[in-house]
Amino acid sequence: MAVSGLLHRRPGLRVGLLLTPPMLWLGVAYLGALAALFVTAFWGQNSFTGDVERTWTLDNFRNLFTIDVYRTITVRTLGIAVLVTLLDALIAFPVALFMAKVASPRAQRLLLVAVVMPLWASYLVKAYAWRGMLGTGGLVSWVAAPFGLDTPGYGLTAVIITLAYLWLPYMILPIFAGLERLPGSLLEASADLGARSTTTLRRVVLPVVFPAIVAGSLFTFSLTLGDYIAVRIVGGANQMLGNVVYDNVGAANNLPFAAAVATIPVVVMVIYLTAVRRTGALENL
Amino acid sequence: MTLSRGLRRLLLAITTLALVFVYTPLALVVLNSFNANKSFAWPPQQLTLRWWKAAAQSEGARAALLVSVEVALQATAISLLLGTMAAMALQRQRFFGRNSVSLLILLPIALPGIVTGIALNNVFRTVFGLELGFLTIVVAHATFCIVTVFNNVQARLRRLGGSLEEASMDLGAGSFTTFRLVTFPLLRSALLAGGLLAFALSFDEIIVTTFTAGAREETLPLWIFNNLFRPNQAPVVNVVAAVLIVASIVPIWLAQRLSGSSNEGLTGAR
Repeated sequence: MAVSGLLHRRPGLRVGLLLTPPMLWLGVAYLGALAALFVTAFWGQNSFTGDVERTWTLDNFRNLFTIDVYRTITVRTLGIAVLVTLLDALIAFPVALFMAKVASPRAQRLLLVAVVMPLWASYLVKAYAWRGMLGTGGLVSWVAAPFGLDTPGYGLTAVIITLAYLWLPYMILPIFAGLERLPGSLLEASADLGARSTTTLRRVVLPVVFPAIVAGSLFTFSLTLGDYIAVRIVGGANQMLGNVVYDNVGAANNLPFAAAVATIPVVVMVIYLTAVRRTGALENL
Repeated sequence: MTLSRGLRRLLLAITTLALVFVYTPLALVVLNSFNANKSFAWPPQQLTLRWWKAAAQSEGARAALLVSVEVALQATAISLLLGTMAAMALQRQRFFGRNSVSLLILLPIALPGIVTGIALNNVFRTVFGLELGFLTIVVAHATFCIVTVFNNVQARLRRLGGSLEEASMDLGAGSFTTFRLVTFPLLRSALLAGGLLAFALSFDEIIVTTFTAGAREETLPLWIFNNLFRPNQAPVVNVVAAVLIVASIVPIWLAQRLSGSSNEGLTGAR
């Protein structure tokens, strides 16, 4: 009882006690791990034994910036992330708009379930499904044949399609949530003032849902930057940053270089997070 | 209606196409699990239950499923505890560094999984000197699951406001009694929904798992990935995939029932 009363009188103490365990976990285990990763990126590797050498060196970063392959892979990964994000935003916006402002309440509920369900179906299952779809003799080539087209096969196009497919719900949901908060009266007011649908969309709806789109892009962008599995399943011989990290942790056993490569997505995401903080996107997550 | 008829029709058409785009691959996997032909060429010529029998007898798949469930249960338990504590601390009080704390909770999912994976791999092995195994997978999964519980609980607390708790305190109940008799019952469905999401997130995770699993532990996604490129195993993988697709209806249905409102509980995203 005494403790209980004390906690009530001292809210600061209460917050402190509540926050300590999660902050110890995340602060020590996670931030500590990230910090250790950055330190490791500045270590070297003994070229004979393959052991990590704890001496400061900038070699990893020098290699990363001067060897052409890594530059190509970085640019490719960023390009894919931008394309996937744009594709998802283009598909998600009309879908979310239909769900939020056109569908009846019952249809809205059903659509929401329909959009969320694939989120629960396994990532690998979905990537694997596209492998079957895009393969020679698969569904895509069967559908495309009458139009004189063919499947793109396994390659970068397949990677972009698969990743856009995988992350689509992460874009639809925040935009839907954003649109749901947009009062219908605002749209009516715009129509009453003589705006056509397209004008209302451009000048009323888009500015309001922009933070939600940014919030969605945070997921699509970050998830793409770190992916190395989809590209292994449908990407043919192509590599993304994730593959370089994976290969250097596993086969090459060069942890310091892997750490240096991993700093690229971190730096990109930190810049992105800082930039979008002002849009209010983080409150939309 | 303020949106023109033409526009509404266009939106309906796009939504329909998007749903076809979303569900075709999933339907194909389910159908292919009955496809007699191992190459899964379209359209299937003959259907069979052979692969389902083979999958039911697959030791590897069963063992992996068990590991996945155990990992997900433990990670969910930890994230429920830590996520709720963080949400309660952040909801009631404004304090210095509050935004940084919520950013820190978000970070494990905001950063690409590969970064989380390699950072934890590095710290487990070199700093803590741990051998990778069951424990390290659980710790890694709990780290990125905290945010789903946190989001759900925070949303619920925000909606509830603090007046019921204040009333309880005014009537003489202490902090613990208030939590047990007032706050917890109000949070229960949000906790279940958040826990369900955390479970699903852990169950499906592959990237972080590859970096934090030892040589012996194999979760279901790892099993699928390891068997994906073995031609003889492809039909069995297909059955497991089909089962996972069908099974994903269960949590969705539960989350819907639990959360009451359509949005909360279902989303919470990654």
